[in-house]
Amino acid sequence: MAADSDLARLTLHEAGALLAANTVTSTALTEACLARIAAVEGSVHAFAHLTVEVARAQARARDQTRPDPLPPLWGLPIALKDNICTRGLPTTCGSRLLANFRPVYDSFVARRLEEAGAVILGKTNMDEFAMGSSCENSALGPTHNPHDLTRVPGGSSGGSAAATAADECLAALGSDTGGSIRQPACFCGVVGLKPTYGRVSRNGLVAFASSLDQIGPITKDARDAALLLAVIAGHDADDSTSAREPVPDYVAGLDVGVAGLRIGLPKEYLSGGLDPEVEQAVGFAIATYERLGATTVEVSLPHTEHAVATYYLVATAEASSNLGRFDGIRYGVRHEGHDLLDLYQRTREAGFGAEVKRRIMLGTFALSAGYYAAYYGKAMAVRTLIRNDFTAAFERCDVLLTPTAPTPPFCLGEKLDDPLTMYLSDIFTIAVSLAGLPAVAFPCGATKQRLPLGAQLIGRPFDEGRLLAMVHAFEAASGQGRMAPAL
Amino acid sequence: MEFETVIGLEVHTQLMTQSKIFCGCSTTFGAPPNSHTCPVCLGMPGVLPVLNREVVSCAIKLGLATHCTINRSSRWARKNYFYPDLPKAYQISQYEAPICEHGYVEAELESGEVKRIRLTRIHMEEDAGKNIHGEGDDDHSYVDLNRAGVPLLEIVSEPDLRSAEEATAYLKRLRSIVRYLGISDGNMEEGSFRCDANVSIRPRGSATFGTRAEVKNLNSFRHVGHAIDYEVRRQARLLAQGQAVVQETRLWNPTEAKTFSMRSKEEAHDYRYFPDPDLLPLVVDEGWIERIRATLPELPAEKEQRFVRDYGLPAQDTGVLVASQALADYFEQVAGGVKEAKTAANWVLGDLLGVLNKLGTSVEESPVDAAALAALIRLIEEGTISGKIAKSVFEKMVATHQPAAEIVAAEGLVQVADPEQLRPILQQIFADNPTQLADYRAGKTKLMGFFVGQAMRVTGGKANPALVNDLLREMLGPVEE
Amino acid sequence: MDLAEVKRIGALARLALGAEETVAMGDQLTRILDYVAQLAAVDTTGVEPTTHPVTLGDAFRDDVVRPSLDPAAALANAPATDGASFIVPRIL
Repeated sequence: MAADSDLARLTLHEAGALLAANTVTSTALTEACLARIAAVEGSVHAFAHLTVEVARAQARARDQTRPDPLPPLWGLPIALKDNICTRGLPTTCGSRLLANFRPVYDSFVARRLEEAGAVILGKTNMDEFAMGSSCENSALGPTHNPHDLTRVPGGSSGGSAAATAADECLAALGSDTGGSIRQPACFCGVVGLKPTYGRVSRNGLVAFASSLDQIGPITKDARDAALLLAVIAGHDADDSTSAREPVPDYVAGLDVGVAGLRIGLPKEYLSGGLDPEVEQAVGFAIATYERLGATTVEVSLPHTEHAVATYYLVATAEASSNLGRFDGIRYGVRHEGHDLLDLYQRTREAGFGAEVKRRIMLGTFALSAGYYAAYYGKAMAVRTLIRNDFTAAFERCDVLLTPTAPTPPFCLGEKLDDPLTMYLSDIFTIAVSLAGLPAVAFPCGATKQRLPLGAQLIGRPFDEGRLLAMVHAFEAASGQGRMAPAL
Repeated sequence: MEFETVIGLEVHTQLMTQSKIFCGCSTTFGAPPNSHTCPVCLGMPGVLPVLNREVVSCAIKLGLATHCTINRSSRWARKNYFYPDLPKAYQISQYEAPICEHGYVEAELESGEVKRIRLTRIHMEEDAGKNIHGEGDDDHSYVDLNRAGVPLLEIVSEPDLRSAEEATAYLKRLRSIVRYLGISDGNMEEGSFRCDANVSIRPRGSATFGTRAEVKNLNSFRHVGHAIDYEVRRQARLLAQGQAVVQETRLWNPTEAKTFSMRSKEEAHDYRYFPDPDLLPLVVDEGWIERIRATLPELPAEKEQRFVRDYGLPAQDTGVLVASQALADYFEQVAGGVKEAKTAANWVLGDLLGVLNKLGTSVEESPVDAAALAALIRLIEEGTISGKIAKSVFEKMVATHQPAAEIVAAEGLVQVADPEQLRPILQQIFADNPTQLADYRAGKTKLMGFFVGQAMRVTGGKANPALVNDLLREMLGPVEE
Repeated sequence: MDLAEVKRIGALARLALGAEETVAMGDQLTRILDYVAQLAAVDTTGVEPTTHPVTLGDAFRDDVVRPSLDPAAALANAPATDGASFIVPRIL
């Protein structure tokens, strides 16, 4: 049996195998993670809320009953982003406004995790209401990148990515609206998958932009992503936008290989202005796939240049409406006023941070009388053109390969005063979200300073299995182990 | 200057589904506050709406019944505004692409004219909760979200109505239709059938519309009529004084019989409608529409035509008879059991409705059922009792729930229709009234009525009047010229 | 975006921005709006808007009543209640 301190470094599938073989207990795994949390959380700050007692009780319960066959995540400690509702546990979305909120219901994915036997260590830190790319917009303070504590972990699922990378949990769930799983996964050197829109139920995910939001896994390798996605994917009758598409066996499909695959390289993503180290890492991934028998073809996504502008109108418009419910009446932290209007304004003014207010303002403007057609209406039409670009590209290839982020992780505070520059750091992930396509970010190199670098694979709708198999093939072929942070 | 009134109505009718439009909470009225709520209708974070199929069926029913185009694809939109009874800070409604458009309703006016009122659209939406305001010194309001998410249909008419009478006739017909379809109880007082009126006036002959005021809080047909009449007078007065009508929302105050401006300091509403990303475009296929069409009941207008055609009723009778399906059914049962449908209509419209009105009850709760009324009418038609006796028998039936025949037998009310029984009675009357007899024979033939009256008095109304007439003429003999 | 516009939008969104915040917000939104103005140059003639990224089938529920929350649970997170209803300042 591995030393306790090493148990937290395991992947889900490694730990699951030990559990199945009865060589380790859920309690041991959970205590290993809690020990790791005790050691590094002070510097990383990946968690918004730890649910230590709940986790210990769950672990004990898992150890006491062992169903046969063992459910896929039985006894495995994981973490959930703090915008995923968990009954009776804090769900604050990194917001002052929800500081005291404890849902009386579980999200679909929380129920699936419970059925699969997972142990919940806590809720991870995030940019408030998932609005941000650095995890600095949290009422609870920023999360730090475990590979370099002066740098951001990316966002908005920065806490989930940092916790997974720092071995504070075996894996985590994040949510992705414009890159919020993929960019932090990239910055932290872990695997992050944004499923096809509709693949995973949004029921119980506190909405940022409803036509874009998806929950997905953040894991230490492709096999774990397959394992976790298999648990959370599938139709949910309580989410009208949930797909009825059958869920394939992602784990069984991991070994199909890449020979004969046509990988499209969008010229707009790979030309000019790219950080040279990012370019080099992506080049290594391409070369590895070619070595494994895939071919590459240049494709064009001509409307990519408009993706950020389109996204910041569509997403903020939806957000301005989704966040109206935070009015201090049925839940949340109320600030009393001398009348109803005053109560609304004080509650929202005090409860929301600067970035959230900025996006509510932008979205409200984009929908307001006289501006709707020029802003929101226009953005919805350009969104169609962006989707059409992908459809056309997929006539010539099976997957697309791009960088995940244009630069390595940047420093805390570096872009905080410049919202637009911050928005542009999501340039490679946003178009995918607008098109509703699945995409996975995976590590494929490091900078000289040992900062993680990554690439993104984009698939056709519901082609998550192929993306995971490709990441798995890269992991096996590249010979690079997971880059462990020096913490 | 002579003005013409222009009215368009927006009606909200609550649907009688079991569960709410986007969640499984019960729609039952009158539960303790917030006991019919769940995370969805409370607008909790992260929860999502799922459409109740039955709501769509109700919308299609009403659309077909009002000759609308049923859009094969329609969209859900969010109407954004802040109010405590609106938990999500947006109402899920339909905006750009409603499910039904371009229909009409025909309603009959007092004059007998049939007016066609065009419908702009019918769309589905969710109701808001209720804010209950504290009384006296209590400076709080209390929010009950049981009603939040109860399904509504909003029916928007074109500005085709020209008077309060037309508006009321339209509303009554529309309410009949939703009740016939069984989709709403149409109860205005309880708020399940609500009406806002857009009222404006313009110089007669003008092709453009005047500025309109939207009048709210109209919770009875009477209020609708009074509020429109008031609003027309108010606007005419303004224009006569050279002032302009302001486009605004006004509240009808029934106690003062006036409308009041609801203008507040707040900025004008900007609802920022946009397609709801949580709900897919609603696709209605031909099969669904046809299945519903096949189950549509006979509607008031069709029933009226049939009553005129099959029962030979005059148009003024049919309007009231078809106003409710139950009354129409009652009438048809009575008519089916008697010889003359017109007699059945007279009894239903006169005596029956009179009694129901007096008792404040509905035809479903009538103390005299249709079969019993038919049996009573048959006694008249068979000559067993006179029409006059029948009225008093009917009153006893209401009071005692006994069948007519039993009352007639028990009280000895059977009509005297035997000439041999009547002759001695008439002889006696002649003997008792020699002066009148002489006068009659001298030519005062109007005294025939006197003798008939005496005969009826003496027999307690039981004498067959036609027979009395015949016998009198025979016994009195020819009059001297 | 001028200050009056920032205030108008702030009022619609029920955000009472402070004086400094209003100025900063105006500057930031102006920069963002200048950036998104690029969309005006994109030809979208005859292009259907995308409201949902993936085409999915219909989603309905049957008209069946499901249990509601216990009222205590419905009110559990509310800042002010009387045990039955949510309380707000009196609405005029």
